[in-house]
Amino acid sequence: MTVAAIQAVPSVVPTELVRGRGGGGPAPKRTVVAYGFWIFILSDIVMFSGLFAAYAVLSGNTAGGPKPVELFNLRNVFIETMCLLFSSYTCGLGALSAERREPGRFLIFALFTFVLGSAFLIIEASEFASMVAKGAGPSRSAFLSSFFTLVGTHGVHVTAGLLWLVYLVAQVMTKGLRSSVLRRLLCWSLFWHALDIVWVGVFTLVYLMGVE
Amino acid sequence: MLGRLTWAAIPFNEPLPLISMGVVLIVILAVLALVVIKGWVPYLWREWLTSVDHKRIGVMYMTLGLVMLLRGFADAIMMRTQQTIAIGDAQGYLPPDHYNQIFSAHGTIMIFFVAMPLVIGLMNFVVPLQLGARDVAFPTLNSVSFWLTAAGALLINVSLVVGNFARTSWWNYPPLSELAFSPDVGVDYYLWSLQISGIGTVLTGVNFVTTILKVRAPGMTYFRMPVFCWTALAANMLIVAAFPILTATFVMLLLDRYLGMHFFTNDGGGNPMMYPNLFWAWGHPEVYILILPAFGVYSEVVATFSGKALFSYRSMVLATLGICILSFMVWLHHFFTMGAGADVNAFFGMMSTLIAVPTGVKIFNWLFTMFRGRVVFTTPMLYAVGFMVTFVIGGLTGVLLAVPPVDFVLHNSAFLVAHFHNVIIGGVVFGALAGYNYWFPKAFGFTLDERLGKASFWCWLVGFYLAFTPLYVLGLKGMTRRLQHIPDPSWQPWLLVAEVGAIVIFAGILCQIAQLYVSIRGREQRRDLSGDPWNGRTLEWATASPPPAYNFAVLPQVESIDAFWHMKQAGRNAPAPSYVTIEMPRNSPVGFVIAFFAVVTGFALIWHIWWLVVLGFLAAVVMVLVAGWSDDREREVSAAEIAQIEQARLGPRQPAE
Amino acid sequence: MDGDNQAFPDRTPGVEEREPTANYLSYTVGLTLAILATIASFIVSQTDLLWPPGIPVGLVVLAFAQVGIHLVFFLHLGSGSDHTNNILALAFGVLIVFLVITGSIWIISNLNENMLPMPME
Repeated sequence: MTVAAIQAVPSVVPTELVRGRGGGGPAPKRTVVAYGFWIFILSDIVMFSGLFAAYAVLSGNTAGGPKPVELFNLRNVFIETMCLLFSSYTCGLGALSAERREPGRFLIFALFTFVLGSAFLIIEASEFASMVAKGAGPSRSAFLSSFFTLVGTHGVHVTAGLLWLVYLVAQVMTKGLRSSVLRRLLCWSLFWHALDIVWVGVFTLVYLMGVE
Repeated sequence: MLGRLTWAAIPFNEPLPLISMGVVLIVILAVLALVVIKGWVPYLWREWLTSVDHKRIGVMYMTLGLVMLLRGFADAIMMRTQQTIAIGDAQGYLPPDHYNQIFSAHGTIMIFFVAMPLVIGLMNFVVPLQLGARDVAFPTLNSVSFWLTAAGALLINVSLVVGNFARTSWWNYPPLSELAFSPDVGVDYYLWSLQISGIGTVLTGVNFVTTILKVRAPGMTYFRMPVFCWTALAANMLIVAAFPILTATFVMLLLDRYLGMHFFTNDGGGNPMMYPNLFWAWGHPEVYILILPAFGVYSEVVATFSGKALFSYRSMVLATLGICILSFMVWLHHFFTMGAGADVNAFFGMMSTLIAVPTGVKIFNWLFTMFRGRVVFTTPMLYAVGFMVTFVIGGLTGVLLAVPPVDFVLHNSAFLVAHFHNVIIGGVVFGALAGYNYWFPKAFGFTLDERLGKASFWCWLVGFYLAFTPLYVLGLKGMTRRLQHIPDPSWQPWLLVAEVGAIVIFAGILCQIAQLYVSIRGREQRRDLSGDPWNGRTLEWATASPPPAYNFAVLPQVESIDAFWHMKQAGRNAPAPSYVTIEMPRNSPVGFVIAFFAVVTGFALIWHIWWLVVLGFLAAVVMVLVAGWSDDREREVSAAEIAQIEQARLGPRQPAE
Repeated sequence: MDGDNQAFPDRTPGVEEREPTANYLSYTVGLTLAILATIASFIVSQTDLLWPPGIPVGLVVLAFAQVGIHLVFFLHLGSGSDHTNNILALAFGVLIVFLVITGSIWIISNLNENMLPMPME
């Protein structure tokens, strides 16, 4: 008799098995989704670490082309940093409003986040364009290849994040702040905060260390 | 319109590839025709292609791995034959260009599309059952993962027919793999098929880490998880942490090839040495991604067939986690000879030898589990014992190669080839086959033929030693790897023995196919009605064989390690279970459709058909958006329905409600 | 319902405290600290406030501080037992990032040192 030997689940799991030892049974969906996304973000950051390593190794290989100090404009970088930082702030407040089921406030904060993120992207794109115009494009030297790839990959992530935000705002407007939408918003806000963390690495390693 | 794709891409002037691809195409068309004529398409679509059930996905992964094993093995036996006859004046039957493609395809396919699907397939099937869960954390994502892996496998096999494959070995080192030296599509096939399947693998890793840490039965604390789940957790942590490095590395090489960048080129300040560095930062953890789940299989098999609890469970868990961390600190031992100084080489050499310690702990744990147990030598147990002997030899030659001065002599030789086949066949393949024989009855409800299973084991074991012991000797004699032509006729006898070994392994594969055929034919006599054919210890044996879609009608309450064993020992007669409504994920075509567009996009990228790239990519994105909108992903299985299913299975043994 | 409101001890990053006023405050505090850390980084890199050879170290320290601020104030990572899994996963990720970056730099710089001198391009 095998199957009958399995007991029915008692209604209460002993508390000493729950805290810290993981005996509490399957976690609720929101926890599962957010934890899975947290793991995905960590894997994404490991992907960035490969690009950071390549930049660290190749940044001196300018092949007779322009050097970092000749190309970077720290004033722009500071503005970009502030854009992302404030967008993280509005993103957090937006997530908070969503949790409190305040769709109006959420939409305002989402709009702020979108504008700040777009401003970041516009500055970055114009910077890239001016570098390419100066003959310092990604195929000029190993330094520029690794620069454009690292910073550009971050930019692609920001772009994806903005498109994702638009998509989620559409979901909020049509379906309201129901729990499935809230779970997606939680993932999105994790993603957005993580991009800001990656940017801290970018402006430190690429820009500040490249110019000093 | 079609980029660089022209009729010249199909090798009309080379009879050998043309015939082999003709045969493959005819077989595929015949299978497809059979499926259509018999009217199986709706069944396959409904029950398999769109299934998000972890058990079905596990079975599909295993099928993919076993089919690709045939492809990779065909490459192997072609290479063995070439080396046996192309000696002295004879040039053999494979021209160098073709031979180079074959060894590149053999390595790539065996690692990415045989070993990985076998290991991930076992994890898919077993882990949720052992955890007492109803499915993985993200079932639809699981289906996406599988289909992306299958998409990569398909793309790499398309290279057989349209165009050619890389000649750059399975590492694809630059500068050889750069556009300047490999201008045609071979390297692009390699890169895009691995990028696509790599995304699937990362998603699998995310899915399983989350499943194991967050979706366990009540009462299953961390230190009550079966060892296979621990090794699966470690392997998936490694996937999550290692595969993104490979993705980034391939992105850089792709940018070099497609946009003229200078990461790994000889000119423009590129550094070709950075590629091996990053490649092996993924590549070394990868071997542990493969071997750790195999260790888990052996742990389950040895405990079950010794009739004892695993010796020193906690040290096994700690050894697994220790290997998990250490595996990220040794990668330079794959390129000791690239030119690093003594200090760097010494550090990585010492870290490499250090891994032998936790691995040794494991070997002793298995031995002590068998000690004074009632050992039953079933097919899985034979594989486990064969593994212990073989893996120790492979591990010891590995420790030898981890010593930099020895490596300077033996690197790139047949000795190295023998070493890693020793650990991969003796470790991973034996583990996958042990797991296949062990869990087959659970998956299909009938046991496999033991006589043919044992015959297959002996062929694999003997064939392995015949095929690879000569390569150790040849390596010591100075034979380098990947030789299309053998310069020294005195090596011929050894190569002949190796050829015989490959043929014996082939006999083993034939025995396996016969085993499957015989077992399916006699399945009515071989039915496993108990759900527990081996007197198992862990929760997967507590449910029916094959398990119902929801795995457990009532979630088991775990009170110890080897939970099911203790339930049986306690012999409690539980009160009649009261069923409640269960939410199960709905089937979804998302994985299949996304993978379809991934193949289209990958093919278009390889052949520079830009409009199709845009179209395929947008279609895949639209599919993701459609899937991400839906809130209706679950269906409810009512208590009455469950009672009906359970009643049908248990019959009169179950008290009626 | 899909069980989201069930009482469960584990928490995940990004999930806020129950007390809402603490939240606005925590985001604002986080923003202020992050701005200060950013400004400090830019000042350190542009001036001789720090001993010049120590500037890279100072920048790395400031970057770590800022990442910590983000994790605590924006992602709400805590040290309680309900965050054990999140912190362990993060620690593993940080270890891997550290190994990949420092390992690559160490290996490649050692390879460069051991390289025979090349004629200049």
